[in-house]
Amino acid sequence: MALTNEIIRHKLIEKFGEEVTGFEEPYGMLSFTSDKNLNLKLLQFLYDEPSLGFRFLTDLCAVHYPNNTGKELAVVYHLHNLRENVRLRYKVFTDIAKPDVFSAYALFSAANWMERETFDFFGVNFVGHPNLKRILNVEEMEYFPLRKEYPLEDQKRIDKDDEMFGREGETQAYIK
Amino acid sequence: MSEHVTLPEGNVEKQTTTINIGPTHPATHGVFQNIVELDGETIVSAEQTVGYIHRAFEKIAEHRTPYQITTLTDRLNYCSAPLNNIGWHIACEKLLGIKTPKRVDYLRVIIMELSRISDHLICNSIVGVDSGAFSGFLYVMQYRELIYEIYEEICGSRLTTNMGRIGGFERNFTAQAFEKLEKFIKEWPVVLKEFDELFNRNRIFMDRTIGVGPISAERALNYGFTGPNLRAAGVDYDVRLHSPYSSYEDFQFTVPVGSTGDCYDRYLVRDQEMWQSLEIIKQAYKKVQEFKGAEAEVYHADVPDFYLPDKKDVYTKMEALIYHFKIIMGETKMPVGEVYSSIEAANGELGFYLISDGGRSPYRLHFRRPCFIYYQAYSELTKGGLLSDAIITMSSLNLIAGELDA
Repeated sequence: MALTNEIIRHKLIEKFGEEVTGFEEPYGMLSFTSDKNLNLKLLQFLYDEPSLGFRFLTDLCAVHYPNNTGKELAVVYHLHNLRENVRLRYKVFTDIAKPDVFSAYALFSAANWMERETFDFFGVNFVGHPNLKRILNVEEMEYFPLRKEYPLEDQKRIDKDDEMFGREGETQAYIK
Repeated sequence: MSEHVTLPEGNVEKQTTTINIGPTHPATHGVFQNIVELDGETIVSAEQTVGYIHRAFEKIAEHRTPYQITTLTDRLNYCSAPLNNIGWHIACEKLLGIKTPKRVDYLRVIIMELSRISDHLICNSIVGVDSGAFSGFLYVMQYRELIYEIYEEICGSRLTTNMGRIGGFERNFTAQAFEKLEKFIKEWPVVLKEFDELFNRNRIFMDRTIGVGPISAERALNYGFTGPNLRAAGVDYDVRLHSPYSSYEDFQFTVPVGSTGDCYDRYLVRDQEMWQSLEIIKQAYKKVQEFKGAEAEVYHADVPDFYLPDKKDVYTKMEALIYHFKIIMGETKMPVGEVYSSIEAANGELGFYLISDGGRSPYRLHFRRPCFIYYQAYSELTKGGLLSDAIITMSSLNLIAGELDA
């Protein structure tokens, strides 16, 4: 019997009951969420359960929703069952004041750098990660750039002369 | 040499040398740094540093309209820019619910397979260069030039192509573009055959690459490998077959699969994929030629909200002028939605996770970059091997710095 979103949903509710919520199917991909402390158990269940078998971690990233107090950072796992060709999206939300999420490194080696990138961009602290340090930005960076409060350009740059770019300068670049 | 110097019993200290390969190094294609610990010439451990070409694409994309993001995607895997462009447009079309006409799909397939050939050519010839054979690289570059000329006929640029629009192409393929394509289809097989004869059964090349940097299928899947590297390990996962996009289901092709996942398998998988891409291009070209009359003039879907109208209409018709203004100034809003769309790029599954909140630019755009994900395995692939093996492993993995760092 082919694996459908309905079967996955049924199995999840059977195992986790009310702890798995938010079932949606945007563009055909099943998407759900749970409490962040359940993430490893849920990922392990999706991995081990013979009828589910989601053994490929396609992607791990985060999204910042500054207006959701208490649940500002969402860590999104995209999983893929290669045999049945079914994908799903699993989100866990965490508070920005204490963004601790259990690391999926023990289950998927692919999560190593993906979690480092998420830490680098959003500051999500993956508990249990062997080497959680910045990967794409400089180590000395003091803030987490992809959070919504940070503007696109680094406001602390002193090497760029804004006058030359036609901004904020008293002299405009008009040569009479 | 250890046979000339006998160290006293009980006093042997294992000394390892730590050296730094990169970030500027002729053997690394792009800026990567590897800090390797060597015991003689054997690698004990390796640590990679990436991020030298990080350009904050994901942050920039939150402030850019879809067509401005196309220019960002060019610079992901810059050896096969049209693949990234078309992948991004396919992601937008999925969000917007646009269906492209068949002719557009077939033309896109031709371009995507040409880009795949161009990327695999670079990878395979560079593996040759890294093992000491420079001529193969220079010889096939001539045909890469021809591919670039075909891109130029279609979109005007050679490397960072910014090709196509949401819904299709900016203009119909000209007769010159088809002429160059026919020249490519005619002359390329001869060249690839010669390239094969240079490397495939070459004793030196085989000794350099067989058994070097192997990875098992289980480890490769656990590391999130996709693309030729995964297929070399024995798993036949190809997004074009699993979740066909752009009418790939209308084409007949095989997916080459290796067994040990070592450098030689990766080289052979890419080589065979180039032959298969040529088959797909021939089939697609034949299908395109079958369109007659008005159908042969179709090169885009009808999406006035996102597709720039013809310039002559902009100068004469009011609606066209308004649409043109809105699209260029980015006043068109994307619908609210969350979509993950992926294509088979030259290196693997290139995914676009796009969250839109109904504004002019994405709320969040994340690129699932295959290079970034499989480069993690590099230390495991090179441990216990020689330094020169590490160099060949790096080039056979086809690491493109642009895609790694984004």
